[in-house]
Amino acid sequence: MWTILRKDLLLEFRTREALSALVVLMLLVLLTFTFAFDPSGAREAAPAVLWVTFIFAGLLSVQRTFLLERENGSWYGLLLTPIDRGAIFIAKMLGNLIVLALAQCVLLLLLMLFLGVPFPAAPGSLLIVNVLGLIGFSALATLFAALSVRLRAREMLLPLLVLPLLVPLVICAVEATRIVLAGGDLASTGPWLRVLVSFDVIFTVAGWMLFEQLVQE
Amino acid sequence: MTVAQEVVVEADGLGKSFGRTPVLRDVSLRVARGEALTIFGPNGAGKSTMLRLCATLTRPTVGRLRLFGNEAVGPEVRRRIGVVSHQSFCYPDLTARENLTFFARAYGAAAPEQAAISWLDRVGLADVENRPLRVLSRGMEQRLALARALLPTPDLVLLDEPWSGLDATAADVLTGLLATAKREGRTVITVTHDLDRGLAIADRTCILHRGRIVWEGAVQPASEGQGGVGAARAALDAAYRRVTAPVAA
Repeated sequence: MWTILRKDLLLEFRTREALSALVVLMLLVLLTFTFAFDPSGAREAAPAVLWVTFIFAGLLSVQRTFLLERENGSWYGLLLTPIDRGAIFIAKMLGNLIVLALAQCVLLLLLMLFLGVPFPAAPGSLLIVNVLGLIGFSALATLFAALSVRLRAREMLLPLLVLPLLVPLVICAVEATRIVLAGGDLASTGPWLRVLVSFDVIFTVAGWMLFEQLVQE
Repeated sequence: MTVAQEVVVEADGLGKSFGRTPVLRDVSLRVARGEALTIFGPNGAGKSTMLRLCATLTRPTVGRLRLFGNEAVGPEVRRRIGVVSHQSFCYPDLTARENLTFFARAYGAAAPEQAAISWLDRVGLADVENRPLRVLSRGMEQRLALARALLPTPDLVLLDEPWSGLDATAADVLTGLLATAKREGRTVITVTHDLDRGLAIADRTCILHRGRIVWEGAVQPASEGQGGVGAARAALDAAYRRVTAPVAA
């Protein structure tokens, strides 16, 4: 698993394709929101802007990790190795998680810059909420990106498959982020965090268990 | 059962369809340990699909396929299989050395860096080890693919059109490595259009046409009084022309 993660990160930091595309796309979406809202409304909407921007940009990035594997048939090279296919899923998910976490850090800074969002009083709480949201998104998106990458209409299908399933995660992440940005402590986000944790566990375990069936032609 | 008789690939009534299109139909085949089988056939005969089934990359629609005596394939079976395809299965943005080191680690090699360096040397790529795969020639890429496949010393080597696009030097390196693999007792299954090269490494040949095995023949050494490769070539040529000839209206 670590071998694949190391290779994926080496490829990403060598080409910087996913990260740069993510940041540019997030910047563009954020600029659109900045002009669409008045300053006070923008701060109110910041948690929703954060997660909507992140999810649309993130879907492109996750799909790219599998498109990279299709070049030269390297995906088959990976499937032929004796690495457990559940471990391949976990490695891919962790690789996506790391790249997306870096992108989300940039997005948070841009939110503060463009929408005037104040630095959170409890940055640790914001970190926990974001990491839980990221894990669920990475698990679900990685699972469906692996499924859709073989299909011709993959660019269209991935959002169609993933977005409806992401609704609970988005609602919980937005609400928990709103509470934390408004100065609330982690305990007050309790119900939302519990759903986020359940979402993370369900889709990580589902991905790990189903990946073998999913990648078999 | 002795080591020489151990069946590595055992297919019974194997069939594979993509949607409603059958690609392989009722293929039954046994390949023993140390045997070299070459499968010939025209385009669309199902050769690559047959190889993908043996490589565990796809599952049969009907029939039974046992590899090393196992019907269920897992990491332990995959560890014993090496595949060379017309695609290299390597990463274009990694260097030749990084690619081999990655695969050596993935196969659990004790010293992955050393294994990569040793194989780069064996396939004549030591001079270009730090160049990304993207800038290597087709022949060099294919040699790297060969090193990737043979690095974990697989018991079963599967080759899909391995000579396609290779220059004479690269083709000779490939043929030499396959001869070594055979001498070491590995099972080699090749699918190709190239009758001469395919025959040169084969103990047994068959022709796959429209998803079925339509002809089989052994390649006996000339010393055994069967006429050697020359006779096998003539028989194969005649059979190939006969089975692939268009049917008269």
